[in-house]
Amino acid sequence: MFDRDHLLIDAHAHFHTPFTNRVDWEHYNNSRLAAGRRIGVRCHVASVLGSWGHTSPTYFASPDDQTRANDWMFDFAGASNGEIRAFVAVNPNYTRHALSEIERGFAAGAIGVKLAAGRRADDGLLDEIATVAAQYDAPILHHVWHHRQRDWPNQDASDGLDLARLALRQRDTRFIMAHIGGGGDYTHSFAAAAGIDNLVMDLSGSGIDRGMLDLAIERVGVQRLLWASDITMCTGLTKLLALSHAGLSTDDLAAIRWGNAVRIFPRGAFAHLADERADVASESPTG
Amino acid sequence: MTLDSSGPGPVDVCSWIGGYPFREIPHPEAAILARVVLPREGFSGAWVGHLPGAFQRDPASSNEALLKSIESYRDILEPAPIVRPDWPGWLATLTWAVEHGAPAVRIYPAQWGMVAENPRLRELALACGELGLALHVTVRFEDLRQRHFMDVASDVSAALLRGIARIPGSRCHLVVSGAGRELIEETHWGLTPEEQSRVWYDFNWLWGPPEDSFAHLVRTLGAPRLTWSSYWPLRLAQQCRSLTTLLPDDLLANGAVESLADGRIIASSARSAGVAGSATSNRQDV
Repeated sequence: MFDRDHLLIDAHAHFHTPFTNRVDWEHYNNSRLAAGRRIGVRCHVASVLGSWGHTSPTYFASPDDQTRANDWMFDFAGASNGEIRAFVAVNPNYTRHALSEIERGFAAGAIGVKLAAGRRADDGLLDEIATVAAQYDAPILHHVWHHRQRDWPNQDASDGLDLARLALRQRDTRFIMAHIGGGGDYTHSFAAAAGIDNLVMDLSGSGIDRGMLDLAIERVGVQRLLWASDITMCTGLTKLLALSHAGLSTDDLAAIRWGNAVRIFPRGAFAHLADERADVASESPTG
Repeated sequence: MTLDSSGPGPVDVCSWIGGYPFREIPHPEAAILARVVLPREGFSGAWVGHLPGAFQRDPASSNEALLKSIESYRDILEPAPIVRPDWPGWLATLTWAVEHGAPAVRIYPAQWGMVAENPRLRELALACGELGLALHVTVRFEDLRQRHFMDVASDVSAALLRGIARIPGSRCHLVVSGAGRELIEETHWGLTPEEQSRVWYDFNWLWGPPEDSFAHLVRTLGAPRLTWSSYWPLRLAQQCRSLTTLLPDDLLANGAVESLADGRIIASSARSAGVAGSATSNRQDV
């Protein structure tokens, strides 16, 4: 049985490793975990994007960097007693490597695939990755720059329309559009995702515009929103506090906090968060 | 200064009423701010600006609208009108602000195309210091990544902020909203200790964990240099509460939250430093 009023899953988290660009990587990771406990996060679903720019670009991670990052992430999640679950992050430009990493990742306990900005979301290179993710019954969390109107340095950023096109081609795969507060015009993405049921959104990102949550609820719907924090947990907490004033029912609030994540991620991915029952999918308030 | 019920809550130094030209913002009315948002979030008051005026040339109508809109809520809302120092009659506007109980006046140098060496800004800062008014600068309204294509103003620079704080003989109390860690550090560490003591930074746009910029600045600048705000209605009003909630245990135990500044503290200091009436003695209102 889930604690429906207090359970909280962070569907978009990141960690650093000894191989990334921060000498304070352990402090950074510990700070995330401490803040998560204070906020009430029971599970961080996390990835590491290569070396975070140390030895190859964050959004164009070399295969070696990404393998090393995934290895660290799988081990870190495995040792966390369920506080952390892993995405397997891949660079789709190395498709064979990406597919082998996905296979290796799910064998090691990963529960989703992370795609960042190595290739536009509607590029044909992503189709095979999407098909394989569906075979694992797992979602793809995809980085998005909302309403991209020009190229930005160091990334082949996708916007909502790019990801929507992929989601429409790959209807058997579930996609999470990353961070509605992560930069750009989120209202463009709300429109782009309209009516695409296999495309949900996470609430993370540093942006905390007044009106952002209200519009997401109105235009996307509570069944397609997941609470998350990405790399700014303060804004995650702010959105969590604000949601309590958004006029949502208890069920709707629980759906955003954790229920939709239980539905979107593979069956049983969060079984360890249930107090009594192993089969938690049916416990989702929206499932 | 805390948001809990142990005493009067902080006075918010940065909120507005009125619409925003580049996107829809729900409920920018004074009544909502005064009777719903501030009490709910634990603020005991707010310095309020009129948002449309930031994008208009002549601030007079905006200032009149501000006073009219908040007149029923003066128990909790204090006006922070716009004073544009390159506009004829600006010194009269400053006096008008004092007469109407303003604790601060707001400037938007990025929207006005003013740069660091602008002599009009220096005149205004000196006059604010003498009249006991705080001078409030908005570094940005929105994140750079989401701005409307017609919103071409840059962020306010650290050079401009340092320029205001460094004016010889100034008593101006400068309040900076919308700044991130880098801008704050570039400003603060580029000032003498005396100059630093007259500048406060709204911490609404700092990051908490895991980056921990807010905790870093509490440790290095000190909590008394950092001040509460709501940034309503552009941002969710809970952000400062989130940031303080997530401070590391040692800072919480050492009273960091109680040591943060707010509008009440800054306004009191500005009034004490000012000498009412002297500003008009040797300045030309042109």
